Amino acid sequence: MLQFLFKRLLTFVPTFIGVTIISFAFIRLLPGDPILLLAGERGVAPERYAELAAQFGFDQPIWRQYLDYLGGIFQGDLGISFTTKRPVLDEFFTLFPATLELSLCAITLAVIIGIPAGVIAAVNRGKFFDQALMTTALTGYSMPIFWWALLLIIVFSSGLGWTPVSGRMSLMYFFDTPTGFMLIDSLLSGQEGAFRSAVAHLILPTVVLATIPLAVIARQTRSAMLEVLGEDYVRTARAKGLSPLRVNGLHALRNAMIPVVTVIGLSVGTLLAGAILTETIFSWPGIGKWMVDSIFRRDYQVVQGGLLLIATIVMAVNLLVDVLYGMINPKIRK
Amino acid sequence: MALLEIRNLSVDFKTAGGKFRAVDNVDVAVDKGDLMAIVGESGSGKSVSMLAVMGLLPWTATVTADVMRFDGQDLLKMPARKRRQIIGRDISMIFQEPMSSLNPCFTVGFQIKEALKSHLGLDRKQRHARAIELLEQVGIPAPEKRLSAFPHQLSGGMSQRMMIAMALACKPKLLIADEPTTALDVTIQAQILELLTDLQKNTGMALILITHDMGVVAETVDRVAVQYAGRRVEEQNVVDLFDDPHHPYTAALLAALPERAHNRLLPTIKGVVPGQFDKIDGCVFAPRCQFADARCRAVPPKPAGKELGDALCHYPLIKGQPQNKEMSA
Repeated sequence: MLQFLFKRLLTFVPTFIGVTIISFAFIRLLPGDPILLLAGERGVAPERYAELAAQFGFDQPIWRQYLDYLGGIFQGDLGISFTTKRPVLDEFFTLFPATLELSLCAITLAVIIGIPAGVIAAVNRGKFFDQALMTTALTGYSMPIFWWALLLIIVFSSGLGWTPVSGRMSLMYFFDTPTGFMLIDSLLSGQEGAFRSAVAHLILPTVVLATIPLAVIARQTRSAMLEVLGEDYVRTARAKGLSPLRVNGLHALRNAMIPVVTVIGLSVGTLLAGAILTETIFSWPGIGKWMVDSIFRRDYQVVQGGLLLIATIVMAVNLLVDVLYGMINPKIRK
Repeated sequence: MALLEIRNLSVDFKTAGGKFRAVDNVDVAVDKGDLMAIVGESGSGKSVSMLAVMGLLPWTATVTADVMRFDGQDLLKMPARKRRQIIGRDISMIFQEPMSSLNPCFTVGFQIKEALKSHLGLDRKQRHARAIELLEQVGIPAPEKRLSAFPHQLSGGMSQRMMIAMALACKPKLLIADEPTTALDVTIQAQILELLTDLQKNTGMALILITHDMGVVAETVDRVAVQYAGRRVEEQNVVDLFDDPHHPYTAALLAALPERAHNRLLPTIKGVVPGQFDKIDGCVFAPRCQFADARCRAVPPKPAGKELGDALCHYPLIKGQPQNKEMSA
């Protein structure tokens, strides 16, 4: 196991270098000068321009800038945001808990509903539930996210007034956020109603964000289950007189989990990378929104650093998925 | 009273091309401690009829029968939950492909013990002790160690022994072995068959061996039912069957055994088993039967009677000679 982990970590190195090159080059390929953008319409004096360029190292040759960037990474320094003047790492860790909280809620919802739904559909193949579920899943998968989000806001927030429209917490409450997770911090604060407010704020973004993963997980579970249900060992399990719940939910599902875990892993990866649309619509202060804003401002350091951190997280999730494969099916462990 | 009694069992499959009758009016009777074989070529419905008893057929199958009774209990009218208490406890089944019949995700110990838990309610310690006892019973060395093995770490013969151990877990009254040796190599085949017959003798359970191998039948069982195209065409005890087969199909099968062939060329049965789209009005074996005449092709035969092994034939053979032939003209 340790050897396996070490080998996988080694494969991270080229990916990591690739990400630094791409993120570094990509933001610089975009037209637009960060200093001019920062200055806005009034423009900037040539002397001041040169001064700022020197301060952020833009006057250096491009390879020099890249090496500085790499050097910083190895010292755990991702640079300083050009617009907020705060270290990129600090900004990331301020915003990431919001994204993490939302993503975890969304993926949990998607898994809790998606897997059982897929199993039930597979077991009742061709019957009403199966067809209804697959149609719903296809609809959920095909629906534009922003439209779905707006629809939910119109109905539940402005129409019924059940949930708040945006943000993470009602302005009535104010407390420290040691963990960055509203659900936990609101409980820690001991303020009455704060937790309820945190939950209420989470509901709609969670539902919106969970929609596509849920559809994908349900469909994937169903098709994997259909394949597994025809296997000999499922017949063996039934021949033992086990209950359908045990046959389908344990013997079959465990074998069907490999492709399902793959899509869950991929979904978690994309969710953690920032659900840009969802965060924007619900004014959710997460890293998706942060990245978009930084790209618009040509905040080189933030984009480089942020992409690198996101890529690292996605790689870590993939590693976790690989470890899970081995836990699900011992044949893959070697 | 018979342990397992089935009368007029039919199984239909829904297929894209319409209904397909895989088992057609088959009777089965097994007494306590019986050792019988169901013989037939692929597609003769021998597995399907036993899967119907177990309730393991896919949803595309429809099972109908006049009687399907096990140990005095009506399997047909029984609710699914009640039936699951019998399946795996009183009736067990082992299958053709031991390697794929074990779940790759769980240790064999887990798979053996779970029936002990659900049917007998043994606690953890008792389950462990019983599992070790079972592995010893089926001749697996170092049972304690093997319990924590995963199926992919076992050979084919070892896997089949595990399957047998699993099937025996709750001391069944009837074990159905569906071609248990087909996927194994010859030396292992003999070992497994010996194991099965030994277990049958020692435990007093009834054993139904499904096979297409007449050689296996001759060495192993007491009584043989021959199935062809979903019908039982003959049933006799094994010595009489080999001595004097009454159905032309049985006779042809036996003639095709290499051990019994006298000529340089091994006799074969011409043609193939009728498929889903073959409409046959008379006897299903008529197209391949060397004795068939117009009556055979037009009128389905009735069982010829106990003394003739219930041969499903208009002209049952006695010592290789068709009977009643002159009367039909």
